[in-house]
Amino acid sequence: MALYLLRRLGFIFLTLLLASIIIFSITQFLPGDVAQMVLGQFATEVAIENLREELGLNLPLHIQYLNWAAGFITGDWGDSLVSRMPVQPMVMQRLGNSAMLAGVAIMIYVPLGIALGVIAALKRDRYPDQAITAVSMAFVGLPEFVTGLLLIAIFAIGLGWLPANSSIDPGSNFVQAFPYLILPAITVSLTGLGYIARMTRSGTIDVLDTDYIRAAELKGLPAAQVLLRHVLRNALLPTVTVVAMGIGWLLGGLIVTETVFGYPGLGRLLVYGIQRRDLPLIQAGSMIVVAVYSLSNLAADIIYGLLNPRIRLGR
Amino acid sequence: MYNPAGSALEDGTAVLQPVLDVRNLTVTYRTDKGPLDIVRNVSLQVAPGEIYGLVGESGSGKTTLARAVVRYLAANGSLTADTLKLGDTDLLTLSRAEMRKVWGSRITMVHQDPGAAVNPSIPVGEQIAEVARVHLHLSPGEARKKALEMLGLVRMPDPESVARRYAHQLSGGMLQRVLIATAMATNPELMIMDEPTTALDVTTEAVILDLLNELMTDYNTAILYITHNLGVVARICSRIGVMYAGEIMEEGPVKKVFRSRLHPYTRGLLGSVPRVDASKKDVHLKAITGQIPRPEELPEGCIFSPRCELAEGDCLIARPPLVQADGDHYTACRRWQELLHLKEKEQHEGPVRGAYDSAKGPLVLEAREIKKHFRSSGGLSSLFSRESGPIKAVDDMSVRLRGGFTMGIVGESGCGKTTFARCLAGLEEATSGEIALEGVTLPYSVNRRKQSDLKKIQMVFQNPDASLNPQHQAGVSVARPLILLGGMNRSEVRSRVRELFRAVNLPEDYIYRLPHELSGGEKQRVAIARAFAADPILMLCDEPISALDVSVQASLINLLAELQEKNETAYLFISHDLAAVRHISDWIAVVYLGRLWEVGSADDVFVPPYHPYTEALLSAIPVPDPEVSQEQIRLRGSVPSAVNIPSGCRFHTRCPRKIGPICEEKEPPWQESGFHHKICCHIPLPRLKEMQGKGCFFNSSAEGEEC
Amino acid sequence: MAKDNRGNSKPSSPFSFLKKLRRYPATAIGFIIVFLFILIAIIGPSIAPYPYTEQKLSERLAPPSEEHIFGTDQYGRDIFSRILVGSRDVLLVAGSGTAMAVMLGLLLGLFSGYRGGLLDEIVMRLMDVILSIPPLLLAMVILFSLGPSRLNVIIVVGFLYIPMVARVVRSVVLDLKTRQFVEAARMRGEKSGYILFREIFPNVLPHLAVEASMRFSYAIFLVASLGFLGLGVQPPSPDWGLMVGEARTWFHQARWILLFPAGAIALLVVGVGFMSDGLRRMLLPGGVSDV
Ligand code: SF4
Ligand code: SF4
Repeated sequence: MALYLLRRLGFIFLTLLLASIIIFSITQFLPGDVAQMVLGQFATEVAIENLREELGLNLPLHIQYLNWAAGFITGDWGDSLVSRMPVQPMVMQRLGNSAMLAGVAIMIYVPLGIALGVIAALKRDRYPDQAITAVSMAFVGLPEFVTGLLLIAIFAIGLGWLPANSSIDPGSNFVQAFPYLILPAITVSLTGLGYIARMTRSGTIDVLDTDYIRAAELKGLPAAQVLLRHVLRNALLPTVTVVAMGIGWLLGGLIVTETVFGYPGLGRLLVYGIQRRDLPLIQAGSMIVVAVYSLSNLAADIIYGLLNPRIRLGR
Repeated sequence: MYNPAGSALEDGTAVLQPVLDVRNLTVTYRTDKGPLDIVRNVSLQVAPGEIYGLVGESGSGKTTLARAVVRYLAANGSLTADTLKLGDTDLLTLSRAEMRKVWGSRITMVHQDPGAAVNPSIPVGEQIAEVARVHLHLSPGEARKKALEMLGLVRMPDPESVARRYAHQLSGGMLQRVLIATAMATNPELMIMDEPTTALDVTTEAVILDLLNELMTDYNTAILYITHNLGVVARICSRIGVMYAGEIMEEGPVKKVFRSRLHPYTRGLLGSVPRVDASKKDVHLKAITGQIPRPEELPEGCIFSPRCELAEGDCLIARPPLVQADGDHYTACRRWQELLHLKEKEQHEGPVRGAYDSAKGPLVLEAREIKKHFRSSGGLSSLFSRESGPIKAVDDMSVRLRGGFTMGIVGESGCGKTTFARCLAGLEEATSGEIALEGVTLPYSVNRRKQSDLKKIQMVFQNPDASLNPQHQAGVSVARPLILLGGMNRSEVRSRVRELFRAVNLPEDYIYRLPHELSGGEKQRVAIARAFAADPILMLCDEPISALDVSVQASLINLLAELQEKNETAYLFISHDLAAVRHISDWIAVVYLGRLWEVGSADDVFVPPYHPYTEALLSAIPVPDPEVSQEQIRLRGSVPSAVNIPSGCRFHTRCPRKIGPICEEKEPPWQESGFHHKICCHIPLPRLKEMQGKGCFFNSSAEGEEC
Repeated sequence: MAKDNRGNSKPSSPFSFLKKLRRYPATAIGFIIVFLFILIAIIGPSIAPYPYTEQKLSERLAPPSEEHIFGTDQYGRDIFSRILVGSRDVLLVAGSGTAMAVMLGLLLGLFSGYRGGLLDEIVMRLMDVILSIPPLLLAMVILFSLGPSRLNVIIVVGFLYIPMVARVVRSVVLDLKTRQFVEAARMRGEKSGYILFREIFPNVLPHLAVEASMRFSYAIFLVASLGFLGLGVQPPSPDWGLMVGEARTWFHQARWILLFPAGAIALLVVGVGFMSDGLRRMLLPGGVSDV
């Protein structure tokens, strides 16, 4: 187990390192000069040169990378080129908001997705399964802006139950924000819901097809006991990993959803940063997203290892 | 009237009520091709305390029958029966919920693959205890105690610690004991065992069968034992039912059935299994032609008629019923009376060459001190992994073989026999040693061998499904070696492919078939044709028949022998099946933990003195003849891992003849016994011979001893 | 029923395909939808009642009527015509992106899996890293550098999905590589090229087809999302995602300008999803597990 964790940690470290290099170098391909971009067309040569010096743009690329990486680790994420304010507090605050939204979404789609997946597997190839499979496939495929706008059309404009716009004050607490979270959370949930349901279904079917489940049934155990102790314990194990992999989708979904609802999360900040060509913001924001994703994978690996006797106890 | 185990009122004996009474059971599956009757009109009765052996090849419907008996069929299956009773209980009228109460308490099951039948994420003790809680209504504490008691009952060493372990921490043999303990926990009336030892090694199988025999003396549980292995039936069953294509062909007490064989199918089956207690000089294997008919294309009359040599006009018209032949012996053949008098045609296949002639043939293969050590893991991940030694799959094996002869390499799974063959083939790069073919040393890797060397050495693989490319027509597979290694042009290739198909007894139009349109045996024939296309001098046969049904195995063994005769090819025949090896080989080498322990001619290896491990194998293998008894020599524990090989004699942890500390400390020497017969053991051979007496097999009906 | 090793000696008829379709109505619907969209993409532009850029400010935000069956947008352009023309865009952009990813992923997976060793290890770690960045984010960042254009969107899609295709192909190759028919080929001295393309590749194809169809549906999703965010194809292109994005401001006054393009996206994505699921059932029977 310790070995397993160590190996996982090693891979995550490697991943973050390589991902940071990728993100840094992609953003360096930017056509045109950053300093020029910041100061605009009519800036003087001297002003541009000063800014270049200030931003360290005259240094060789690998030094620039090292400076940036070191800064990132120590919490100095640079200043926004647009607002000239430090990026870090801004990103962290938005991250908090996104986490709030993601948390609500996860609370909705994970249990629901697992339940639907298990039901579909138990009713395999019969109507409940075909219905669940078809609906979850549709949910997986629908872009968030389509579902989001549809929800707005129905619940905000049509019925007027919930606000269409979720551009809350970035500093709001959970209680204040809650009514504004519902529609965006449902929007992100639908994609995740379909994904989890499908994966749970196939995982459960795999387990239902095993000899040990047939053996458990033929041991005459009550059906509920077979399902809860024998089927689910094994079928939900891979779901841990699936949920973590789904976080990647969730993060992508947040970008679109936050834009649709005007919700002040990290995703919207990133879109905003890209529209304004705010380099430090983009770099830091992207790295944070990658880090969150990697850490959630790590957490999943740990939980998986703890739940799986094969890994927990080794050979 | 069918009533074997029931009241034989006419002759006034006591009324003995059967535990299981099945009459006219038919199982139907709804499929794409319409409804199919997989099991038809089967009747059988199992008496208390009886072990009933239900024998059949794959596709015979035996597993379906077992599932039907407990009313546990797939959603598209349904059953009808006149009677389906467990004791006094009519199972047909029970609801699903009531059936659940029967399952696991009155009828229990033991499944084929113990590794798959134990839940991987629940400790095994708990899996026994839950049965005790549900059916015996024990408290959790009592249930736990019951689990330990049961584990003790199945002779599990250290039940306390085993109970806490998970499936992946136990060997196959131990898991099967756990399943038997689970099945016996409620002291059921009937236990159904579906091929319970098929996935196990023969020495483990022997231990499990002994255990069953022992348990049966203390318990009154009846067992319905499903298997394809006639030897197992002969060893432990009292009655036998022979199933074929969904119907019972013959049924009766084991001794009667094995002796008088009142159905041509039973005769065919028994005639086609090689026997470990008879050499190939004495027996010619007789294969049953053709294959089991598909359930959607059953013949009108007797279902065996397409393959029956005795079939005549009437056989093709109506399905013959199961009739009483002799007391409690039943058969479904119309002509059984004639069979009584019909002597089986004892065919001898020309003069069989003895191993002693072998000094004459040219030396084909000389493999010296081959070692193959695998690193436990590779790549970047090994940076993070703990240092552990290499897996010594093959650890110093040497073999010499002359043209036209067969060397059989036997050993249990994981002993390194397949790795050895793959090293010779170059598919695995040997770690050290020398491989010489006709005196020329070969590079380790197949990629570096010359065309002319490749041509000389070919291989037939175990799994017929993986050995042909699913996207290539059979003919293409056979043609490639001709083009590459034979340097033939188009028309030569064509006629040669046709010749080869004829040589392996396949119709010519099979050339254009895709593998999924062929049966297992046919695929293996194509694979053999492909191997012979290169015209090799050495053929490596890696368990070529293990995946096939018995009746098909025989025809392939005969085919291989025939081709060898014609082409003077040397065979290295790798198998875990000592009987098949004995039948096909001139020379035999016995492997355990990556090393050879005994080498000798097929005749010598089967008579004392033999190596203690060979002895254990011989006594473990069930002989398909209830009148032959075997010495009970059993191995303890399981095979040690190939990473930490025991010191001294590596067999010492399990050797029943171990003589003392010397076995643990010093590697044993090779001792010569007779013509090229060598044994590696510390016990001096004369003494070994004395210990082993007359050998493993003796005929219990005292008609003279065999072997 | 017990599995037996008798072969299936009847070659399957071409009609078995249709039979299977009948058993899974969702799959049939999927195939029909995809077929219709392809048809529209081919003939759509020529049957569009108006040029897709034609602005009639006098008819801004006109509701669906006989002249404009889907209504008009904020510039008075005919939405029906724009959707017809846009279908070609979606299929072309997502399709070529997918094709590129499938080709490159296939090659990478084939070679990496077949060669094995250190090269394989490095390539696969690299793929893992790319996969550790959420695709939409990575697409946004790359487009930020390259600048948004139709070609660049194709390149991004093609690049982004390489790792997933490569992974699937590689795992299939790893499995096939140890099959005995490949070993038999090695034992008769076949060249690597023959083994890779004649022995292995045909057996990868069914997996590849399923994977490609799945990638295609994700690609449509991605392209539409990028369009919506304004980071993909640029105006005045009739990209459906872009249409939805632009329409958001007018949503309250004229629901149709949003509903129709959004519906088109939904229909196509769901159709491709159903088709892909059906392909999996037909080409890879037995394997329930998603990769
Ligand atoms: S009934 Fe006829 S065909 Fe059937 S087994 Fe007997 S002799 Fe053969
Ligand atoms: S050397 Fe000792 S342990 Fe080894 S086989 Fe002989 S008697 Fe048994």
